[in-house]
Amino acid sequence: MPQATASAKDSNLGRDDAIALYTVMQTIRQAELRLGTLFADGEVPGFIHLSVGQEAVPAGVTAALEPIDTVASNHRGHGHAIAKGLDLDRFVMEIMGKDGGYCRGRGGSMHVADAKIGMLGANGIVGAGLPIALGSALAHQVKKTGAVAVVFFGDGALAEGAMHETFNLAALWKLPLVMVCENNGWAEFSPTAREFVAKLGDLAHAFRIPASLIDGNDVMAVYNATRKHVAAARAGEGPQFIECKTQRVRGHFEGDQQKYRDPADIAAATKDDPMHKIEKDLADMQVSAAEIEKVKTDVAARVEKAITAGRNEPLPKFAEAFGDVYTPTARH
Amino acid sequence: MAELRFAHAINRALADALTEDPNVIVFGEDVAGPGGPFGVTRGLLEKFGPDRIRDTPISEAAIAGAAVGAAMGGLKPVVEIMFMDFLTLAMDALVNQAAKARFMFGGQFSVPMVVCTPHGGGVGAGPQHSQCLEAWVAHVPGLKVVCPATLPDAYGLLRAAINDPDPVIYVENKSLYAKKGELADKPAIVEIGKANVVRAGKDVTLVTYGAMLFRVLKAAEELAQEGIEVEVIDLRSIQPWDEAAILTSISKTHRLVICHEAVEAFGVGAEIVAHMVDIGFDEFDAPPVRVAAPFMPPPYAPSLEDEFVPNPERIKAAVRRVLA
Ligand SMILES: Cc1ncc(C[n+]2csc(CCOP(=O)(O)OP(=O)(O)O)c2C)c(N)n1
Ligand SMILES: [Mg+2]
Repeated sequence: MPQATASAKDSNLGRDDAIALYTVMQTIRQAELRLGTLFADGEVPGFIHLSVGQEAVPAGVTAALEPIDTVASNHRGHGHAIAKGLDLDRFVMEIMGKDGGYCRGRGGSMHVADAKIGMLGANGIVGAGLPIALGSALAHQVKKTGAVAVVFFGDGALAEGAMHETFNLAALWKLPLVMVCENNGWAEFSPTAREFVAKLGDLAHAFRIPASLIDGNDVMAVYNATRKHVAAARAGEGPQFIECKTQRVRGHFEGDQQKYRDPADIAAATKDDPMHKIEKDLADMQVSAAEIEKVKTDVAARVEKAITAGRNEPLPKFAEAFGDVYTPTARH
Repeated sequence: MAELRFAHAINRALADALTEDPNVIVFGEDVAGPGGPFGVTRGLLEKFGPDRIRDTPISEAAIAGAAVGAAMGGLKPVVEIMFMDFLTLAMDALVNQAAKARFMFGGQFSVPMVVCTPHGGGVGAGPQHSQCLEAWVAHVPGLKVVCPATLPDAYGLLRAAINDPDPVIYVENKSLYAKKGELADKPAIVEIGKANVVRAGKDVTLVTYGAMLFRVLKAAEELAQEGIEVEVIDLRSIQPWDEAAILTSISKTHRLVICHEAVEAFGVGAEIVAHMVDIGFDEFDAPPVRVAAPFMPPPYAPSLEDEFVPNPERIKAAVRRVLA
C-alpha cells in the first residue's frame, strides 16, 4: 500500500509524496465505488457506508503518522483502513464475507481491523471509537511507546455522551490522543445544524483541548494541521482536536434514496471533490497528466485484482467461527 | 380491512395513540423529518407537529433518560432506539431509572413510557446491528417486554404498551417491517401478557415469538405431512408471559419446544423451561428442548449467519427429539 514516505513529514511535501497521497485517495475512491457496484449486484451483503468526497481526510491524517501510531475508526471507515495501509485484497475479502478477510468474514464493512498495523477497527456504534482511542492513548502513555492514538468520527458522534467523557479524561490525563472529526454536514438523514447549537471546535475548547478547523478537502491542509497536532500530542501536551470540513457525496448508506436531501446539496457536495484540489496541486508540481492517469489506471488494476481475489476466496467455516468466541486456553 | 405492511401497522398505532391522547409524544434519531430509518414514523411530524414529534441528535442515553423524566412529568413518551444493539447506551435510564422509579419512590411515580427498538438478523448487518437482547430487559423487575409477529399484534400491543402505566420495551423484528398482512379498520388493543395459539396440534407444544413464528409455522406444516401435529404458541409478550396458555397446551401435548432468535444461553427459553418444569412437572413425557442462536455474536457473512439464525430444519429436529 503506497503511503507518504518519511520525507513527507516536512510541511512542504515533495512531488513523490504528493503522488503518494493522491494514490491513497484514488485507492479509497476507486475501491469504494467498486464496492458500491458490488453491493448493488448483491456481492456485498448488509449495508455499506461510502466516504466518497471525504478521502483527503484519512489520506492527509495518516500521512502525518508513524507506523506505531494507532487508529480507531467508525462506520464510514473504508478510507481510514486503506490509508492506514491495510492490504487491499484482504480488505475486500472481509467486505465480501470471505474467510481470508481481515476478520474472517465475521465483521464486514463496519468492523474491518488489522491488529498488526494498529488499525483498531471500524465500528458500528457511533461514538464508540472515542473511548477506545482514549484507552489506546493510555496504553501508549503507560508503556511509553512514543506513539499517539488517532480516532476518526463524524460530526454526529459528538452528540454522544462518550464525547464528553473522552474529552475530559484525555485532557485530565494529558493523553496522546488526536481526535479527527470528519464534519460532512450530515448525520444520517439530519443536517449537522439540526444536531448542534455549538460550534464543534468549541466543544473541545470547553475542555481546554487545542482545536483546529480546516478544509477537509485540501489534503495538504489536512496533512499540515495533523502534523502540528500529532507533534504536540507526541510531545506530551495532551489531546488534540481537528475538525475537517468536508461533504458526504453519496447517501448515508448505499441504496439510500436521499429523499430528505435537497438535490442542490448533493450537487454542491459533488462539485467540492477533493480530487480537484490535489490534481491542481500535482499539476503545479509539474506532475504530468499522463502520470496522473497512470496512478488511476494502476489503482484500478489493484482494485480489480482485489475483487478477483475476493471472489475466489472460500467462505468462512461456521465451526471455526463458533470455536473462536473466547481465546483458546490449555484447559479448553 | 386493508392490506398493509407490518411497519404501517406500527405507524397506525402511533397515529391513533397520538390522536387520542395529547400527552403522547414521539422522539428519537431521525424519526420526525425523515420518518424513521425504517419508515415506521413516516407522516407523523406532518400530522402532529414538531412539538410532539421530534428528531434528536445521536444521544441514546439522553433519549431514554428524557423519556423517564417526561413520563414522570405526565407525558406518555414513545421513544425509538434505532437498533436494539444500541440499547446498551440507554441501559442506565431503563434499568436503574425507568424500571425502579415506581417501586423505589414508594409508588409515588408511574413511568408510562415505551421504547420501540428493532432486533434480529438475517440481513448481513453484522455483530453490532443484529442482536436480540430482549432477555436482558425481561430480566429487570419493573420493565415489560413485548414482541409482535403479526400486523394486528403490532398494532394492538403498541396501543397497549402506550396505555400501560409502566415502562414497556416494544421489540420489532427488522425482517418483518416489509411483511404484508391484513389490519382491521378499527384494530383491537392486545392485552400485554396474553399468548396466542396460532396453530392447534396434539403432539408437541412449540412456543415462539417475533419473526421466528414464521419459521416455526413452516416447520409445523412440514411436520404435519409426516403426521406430527405441532401446537404453535406465539408468546407475543415476553415479560409478563402467559404461563397459563403454555400449561394448557402441554397438558394436552406433554412435550415442549421453545424457539427464539436470541442466543440460547440464559435466554427467554431457559426461563420458560425452568418455570414450566416447576409448575407442570407431571405433564412432561420428555425433557423440554430449546432451538435458538448458538453462544456467539451474530456473524456478518451470510454463509455464517444462515447457520446462526434458527431455521426450519433445526426446529423440526428439535420436535423430533422431544418425540423420540
Ligand atoms: C450508538 C449509535 N446510534 C445510532 C447509530 C445509527 N447511525 C449510524 S451512522 C449514524 C450517523 C452518524 O453521523 P456522523 O457521526 O456524522 O457520521 P457520518 O455518517 O456522517 O460519517 C447513525 C445515527 C449507530 N450506529 N450507533
Ligand atoms: Mg456526518
